Formats: sequence, structure tokens, C-alpha cells
Amino acid sequence: MNDYLSGLGALLEQYDVLGAFWTNIQLTFWGALFALVIGTMLALMRISPIASLRWAGATYVNVFRNTPLTIIMTFLVLAVWTQLQVSLAADFNSNFFRLAVIGLAVYHAAFVCESIRSGVNTVPLGQAEAARAIGLSFLPAAQLVILPQAFRGAIAPLGNTLIALLKNSTVAAAASVSWETASTMKTMLEFNADYRWEIFALFAIGYVILVIPIGLLTTWLSQRLAVKR
Amino acid sequence: MDQSTPTTGQPAADETVDAPTSDRVLGAPLVELKHVNKHFGALHVLQDIDLTIHKGEVLVVIGPSGSGKSTLCRAINRLETIDDGSIAVDGKTLPEEGKALAQLRAEVGMVFQSFNLFAHKTVLDNVTLGPRKVRGMNKKDAEELARSLLDRVGVGNQAGKMPAQLSGGQQQRVAIARALAMQPKVMLFDEPTSALDPEMVNEVLDAMVALAEEGMTMIVVTHEMGFARKAAHRVVFMADGQIVEEAPPEEFFTAPKSDRARDFLSKILTH
Repeated sequence: MNDYLSGLGALLEQYDVLGAFWTNIQLTFWGALFALVIGTMLALMRISPIASLRWAGATYVNVFRNTPLTIIMTFLVLAVWTQLQVSLAADFNSNFFRLAVIGLAVYHAAFVCESIRSGVNTVPLGQAEAARAIGLSFLPAAQLVILPQAFRGAIAPLGNTLIALLKNSTVAAAASVSWETASTMKTMLEFNADYRWEIFALFAIGYVILVIPIGLLTTWLSQRLAVKR
Repeated sequence: MDQSTPTTGQPAADETVDAPTSDRVLGAPLVELKHVNKHFGALHVLQDIDLTIHKGEVLVVIGPSGSGKSTLCRAINRLETIDDGSIAVDGKTLPEEGKALAQLRAEVGMVFQSFNLFAHKTVLDNVTLGPRKVRGMNKKDAEELARSLLDRVGVGNQAGKMPAQLSGGQQQRVAIARALAMQPKVMLFDEPTSALDPEMVNEVLDAMVALAEEGMTMIVVTHEMGFARKAAHRVVFMADGQIVEEAPPEEFFTAPKSDRARDFLSKILTH
């Protein structure tokens, strides 16, 4: 028993598990931030009165939503960085990290866009008509009247997207971010097969601990911020 | 179709209409609809509509549901597009899109059947939004203006509340204040009392009558004949997308000329 515990202890000392989780949290934070910005712009395009913008927005969503994230990540490393020699930072690790953030952002932006659009659908048409009737053109009407209400109606689906993004941040392994959780777990398993169940449980529980608060928070927020009609 | 203009129709109104409206002189044409057509699919909802509303005139549009009266009202600030013909407000033809259209809409006040107050903003913010963001008024002036307008329609003490906390009648009066805050040239009312509980209808109509007495140009789609008699210069009766009859209110309600109007009035007056 003592051997077992000391072995497990040595394993945790040898690998930086907390650091690995911290990497995924950072990937999630930056990925979510940029995905929210890009996704909001896409949603604006998709509800805009200009047909070509609507078309471009819809095309983006259909392309990125239907492309596996692994392929996007691999493309960024093999095509954008290796072939096109687009480097985002001088040192290797920062460069891979940033490429991974871009991959996560452009992919999840498609889902953010659709979440916001579902929020827009919770806003009655009369709100947009009233905004237009007092002389607001499309962008001010969207900014002042439609989006503030749409975001409140989109909190639950946006929360789902954030949860997916957090878990998908492990795909950063495909963009050579080798110090994140999935890669760390794989290395640990490879060299410590005796502890395979414990290692699996460790990472699974880690993600559950991270994800449950997001679900609770978004449920609470969506009720608290709901627009009363 | 009888297209007598209000300037020729007005002397007749002078003889029959009560004091508050009879002594008013109508100004130049403000809203002009010429040969306006609109289809919803196969349905021809506006059929070659010609209509001129003069400055200071209060026009009531009446008719059975599906007659096109709401569409007509909404077309005047282009919430509904038209297929052909032209609509001009104060001599300017309605622009198709963009900034020019937004500017024109700012000068046309609109009050909706379902109030459509901005649900995430307080009553005060509902009224100040237009003046601040469209007219570029500073916050203090806009709030001063908003409070005076809210007082005028009798909801000054509700300024800090959210729309959902107000009764329907109060919401609709806030909506009137919101439209007035843009200092519009003409006000459109699209069945403003149809969604209200009966006991709240009068508070809204009173606000509208007061507005009419101040000389506001108004186009009102309504079935409230009390309002039409009290405040309107002219009643336009629509059926099946056409203007069937137009007359001063007393004349229209007591002696309608067309069978359609007689039929319609008999249905709404028997109860």
C-alpha cells in the first residue's frame, strides 16, 4: 500500500498536472475571447440587411462548423506555419500556443455565431421595428436594442459552447502544444501503465471540476439576466 | 374613387365636427401616397392607394381586418416595403435603405399595437434613447425632455421602472412619449388600443386627443369611433386593399355612402 501511494506521489511530482490544466484554461480563455468577438461579428453579418454579408457569414459558419477541429489545428501548423512560414512568436512554444488559440477561436466562432442567432430569435420582431422607427439604422439598433437582449437569451447555448471549447482545448495537442492535459496524460500513461486507471480518473475528474461550475454559472446567469416581457 | 382633398372637404367638417377640431386650418400636404401597390404573395393588400395627409390633420383609418389599413400605416415609415408607387413625407420620397431612411424615420413617430418598448431598458431610457443616439442630445437635456414628455402623458412617476412592471395602458403612453421625444412631423398609430384591457383604453385615447388638440399631424388606424368623432378631421374607410370611402367623421358614421362601409358599421355598432 505504501509503495502504491509513494509511486502515485512520485508520478504527480514528475509531471506538472496542474500546469497542464492551467495551459488548457489559458487556451480556453483566449480561444473563448476571440471566438466571442468573431462570432458576434458573424452573427451581425448573418442578420444584416446586406445579402452579400449574410452569404459570407453563412458560408463561414458552414465551412468551420463542418470541419473537424483536428484538421484545422493540423492545417495551422503544417500549412500556415511550416509551409507559409507565418510565425506568431519568436519562441516555439508561444508560437504553437497562439496557433492553437486561433484554431480554437475560428472553429468555435461558428458555434458562438449560431448561439447568438438563437438569442436573436428570442427578441420579438417588434423590438427591431421600434428601434428602426425612432431612426436607428442597422448597427446602432443591433448594438443598443437587439444584441443586449439577444446575449441574455443566448447565455445557455453560449455556456454549452464554452464547455465544448474547454474540452476541445485538448485538441491543441494537434497544434503541437505538447504540455497541455491530453498530451501530458498520454505521456504519463505511456511510462506508468501500472497507474492507468488513476491517471485516467485524475484527468477526467479535473475536467468535471472545471466544467460543472460553468454549467451552474450559466444556468444562474440566464435566469437572473432574463429579459422580462 | 372619390379623391376629394381635405382642403375641399374641410368646410363640410366645419359644419359638423365639434369645437376642438373645427376651427383648425390645415397646412400644406405632409404625407403623400401616390398609386401605392403592395402584394403579399398573391394577395393584393394595397391597391393603387392615393392619399394625402395635410399638416395638422388627424386622419383615422378604419376598416375590417385584412383590409390593408395596418400595412398602409406601416408603409409610411417603410416598415413595409411597397411594390410600386411613391410615398413622400414633407416633400421627400421615402429612401430605400440606409442613413437617409433612418433620418426620415426619425421624423415619423410610430406607436405600435403591442407597444414594443425596449424590454431591457427603463422607461426613462426608452424615451431618451432616440434623442441621445439619433439626435446626439446630451444626457441631461434628453432626460429633461423625457421627463416632461412622460409627465405630459401622465406616467412621469414610472420613469425608473422596467416596461414589464407597467400596465398596458401605461406602456402605451410611454411608447407615445418615446415617439414624441424625436419631435416628429407626423405620428402614426397602428391600432394603439387594440391590445389593451378595456379600462385602459381611455387613458391612451385621452393622451392622443390631447396630442391632436395641440395640432400634431396624426394617422390613426383604430376602431375607436369615440376618438374619431372627437379628434379626427377625416375618416378613411378601407376594404380589400382599397380606399372605399373618405369623409368627415360625423358624415361617415351617420350616413356612410358605400355598402361596404354600411355593412361594416352595422357589424361594429350593433353591440
